[in-house]
Amino acid sequence: MVRRSRFTLADGMIVGVISVCVIACLAPFLHIAAVSLSSSGPITSGKVTLYPVGLSFDAYTRVLSDLAMLRSLGFTVLLTAAFTALAMLMTTMAAYPLSKADLKGRSVFMYVIVFTMFFSGGLIPEYLLIKELNLLDKAAVLVLPGLISPFYMIIMITFFRSTIPASLHEAAEIDGCGKFGILLRIVLPLSLPVLATLSLFYAVGRWNGFRDALFYISNQNLYPLQLKLYQMVMNNLISEVTLAEGAAVKELIPESLKAASIMFATLPILIVYPWLQRYFVSGLTLGSVKG
Amino acid sequence: MTKVNRNSYFYRNWPYYAMLVLPLAYFITFKYLPIYGVTVAFKEYNVFKGIGASEWVGLDVFKHIFSMESFYTALRNTFLLNGLDLIVGFPAPIVLALLLNEARFALFKRISQTMLYLPHFISWVIIGGMVYQVFATNYGVLNLLFAQVGLGPFPFLSDKNHWLVTYVSVGVWQSAGWGSIIYLAAMTGINRELYEAADVDGASRLRRIWHITLPGIRTTIIVLLILKIGDMADIGFDRPYIIGNVMVREYSDVLSTFIYRIGLQSGQFSNATAVGLFQAVVGLVFILSANYISKKTTDESIL
Repeated sequence: MVRRSRFTLADGMIVGVISVCVIACLAPFLHIAAVSLSSSGPITSGKVTLYPVGLSFDAYTRVLSDLAMLRSLGFTVLLTAAFTALAMLMTTMAAYPLSKADLKGRSVFMYVIVFTMFFSGGLIPEYLLIKELNLLDKAAVLVLPGLISPFYMIIMITFFRSTIPASLHEAAEIDGCGKFGILLRIVLPLSLPVLATLSLFYAVGRWNGFRDALFYISNQNLYPLQLKLYQMVMNNLISEVTLAEGAAVKELIPESLKAASIMFATLPILIVYPWLQRYFVSGLTLGSVKG
Repeated sequence: MTKVNRNSYFYRNWPYYAMLVLPLAYFITFKYLPIYGVTVAFKEYNVFKGIGASEWVGLDVFKHIFSMESFYTALRNTFLLNGLDLIVGFPAPIVLALLLNEARFALFKRISQTMLYLPHFISWVIIGGMVYQVFATNYGVLNLLFAQVGLGPFPFLSDKNHWLVTYVSVGVWQSAGWGSIIYLAAMTGINRELYEAADVDGASRLRRIWHITLPGIRTTIIVLLILKIGDMADIGFDRPYIIGNVMVREYSDVLSTFIYRIGLQSGQFSNATAVGLFQAVVGLVFILSANYISKKTTDESIL
């Protein structure tokens, strides 16, 4: 923007409107955090808005002493780590050969892969396949079906092509480096930004994933955190709205406990987010360069 | 034994093909086998016989779903919710990007952006939990605040028309910030000299936005708009499923949740597959038309 020295009324209005948007973005988080830290009296009488009233850590003590919740957290951490590692491995194995413009059969492979972005069998055929592969109620069902996102693969191909000069490949080959060696020793070390970004995308996707667990998992021990939270908190909240509209509700789970459970599942994201934010953003702009 | 030709193409390039084996096996197994599985839509699916041995029934399944009223409701709602998202949710990130682009103080701008992108990384389950705590009729904080100024209570979650407002605003809340990134990136590509020239000519801020910034991001807007219209038949599962409930099903039941309900919850596999296939084909037609229009109008292919 052109630098003008005076801070005008319009500048003030712009700052004001943006600030309102930022507050609207953060207010729900603050409210839930406030509820999770308040005692039940002020909550039910509607005194809690954006800060805790009658400070109480009871809800967190209860969440952290809930073994099923902690196990679900541990399982989700392991699941996310395993999924991200495998997904990055598979995506790299697809993207590297396909980044070679002169690879014979490349366009056929690309067509086969890109087609799946625009047409899919749908939920039921996928479910029947999972059933016939005997993957229902196995942790593997939360890993295998999502291993390669064609979209992320294209981002990686674009990165390989645009940032790693072909002359580097040729030089390495003349020096007797094999294809795998070139990938491991030259291409991947030069691609750390895209590897970091895509790992984050895969990890956040898995961490937030809910739908596949809802469809395929019925064993409570294999509930990822999101499904656990859904069963515990959402079902209760929804039935309060739908069944007891207008009537006096006998609360099965105190508000603060529900809020603390939501915070419990949100905190990991809130903690890593500020540090990793720039990788997320760079990923989106990488994606806008088409492959 | 044939003599290995060390200079042959495949001898030199086999590692590439070796790398592709697993990824291709993945796509064939998890993407193409289900595409074969859509044949269930033309069969009377029998759990014990499996897909292959179930009996063909031609278009009977389609005749059945096209006679179901709930199918048309889900279809209408898919376009209704996507249409509202298009009208309200599409301009929101553009406005936000324009505001951010005009904002002074780099630090203020950067911190604001970090905050505005945050909701994009929160799962729909968590958003749903927040929505039900914030918007609930009896004890939700929003209605408590309205009550203090003598308004309400508003049944944001249990009345279908109010629910539409809730659904759309939550969508804007979740995606407007993140959506602004692409427009901000396009704005950085605008030639600075244009702004300087406008300054010399004494153009007002609004005139600069109208005559320089907006034309500068016009292609981006058109491409994204066409892309969004191409996705009209496609709707995610999480958002309508989690924010919706039985009280507002008349508006919240969309094709994805309908397929889940009749397929996995009621076990009508053939019916649900047929609905899914219908949606996939309509979706493909939309996206191909969108691509065609995009090529014609902007010379940019979106596929």
